[in-house]
Amino acid sequence: MTGLQAVFLLAAATILFSAYMVVTRNNLIHAALFLVLGLFGVAVLFVLLEAGFLAVIQILVYIGAIAILMIFAVMLTRGDVENLPSPNNANSGWIALLSVLFFSSLVLLISSWPEFNAVRPYIDPTRDTVVELGVALVSPEAFVIPFEVASVLLLAAMIGAIMIARPQKKDKS
Amino acid sequence: MIPLSWYLALAAALFCIGFYGVLSRKNAVAILMGIELMLNAVNINLVAFWRYLSPENINGQAFAVVVFAVAAAEVAVGLALVISIYRRRKTVSAGEIDLMKW
Repeated sequence: MTGLQAVFLLAAATILFSAYMVVTRNNLIHAALFLVLGLFGVAVLFVLLEAGFLAVIQILVYIGAIAILMIFAVMLTRGDVENLPSPNNANSGWIALLSVLFFSSLVLLISSWPEFNAVRPYIDPTRDTVVELGVALVSPEAFVIPFEVASVLLLAAMIGAIMIARPQKKDKS
Repeated sequence: MIPLSWYLALAAALFCIGFYGVLSRKNAVAILMGIELMLNAVNINLVAFWRYLSPENINGQAFAVVVFAVAAAEVAVGLALVISIYRRRKTVSAGEIDLMKW
């Protein structure tokens, strides 16, 4: 086993363990902190895949913004849910069975694909994929339309979130 | 060397755990956490396919960036809805948010 494989296995074990904790913990603050750990493991995988920019974005956007937003939402909505005996609903046994079936059928399906065990092709270490990504995102031949649509989507989501979460006057009574 | 299959199997497992979380959790915030896990599984797949099958063009990473933006938008609106519902009904349990159920 090479060093890279060891790092991958460690990151994979961290991701799967924290994902399991996220979906089973009763205390949502603990679940959110395990979500942070799992997202960090995904950033490690991005580094292993030589996508360093995406690893930085993963930490900035997912851990720095989304996970912290989750923690704030948990703190703002402390309800009676956390005192229930189980955080999961009555069908969770069937859903677990369905998830395992879904996982096995996915693995079966993709393992019959000829590229399943593809090895990593060599890329020139002097090549700067960050510059390529930046150029691709703003060049009219590539992704400028999806990039602008994503910007408008983010702006609309931001305005919508403010409008939805703003307290209304009749609530204050 | 790490074969592509390891990444695909890990992403499939992560997606299924997130799927379980989305369908089985009672708390609406926890359901959103499950959605985040599923989106991360998709991102791992996109970047792994980029690196292993077509590293000469950057399309896989560009798709992953769009997924990041959509995830941020989704979580902002989702949490705003959860907070708004909590303010009106004093609950975030998905089983009790049944105003539109008949």
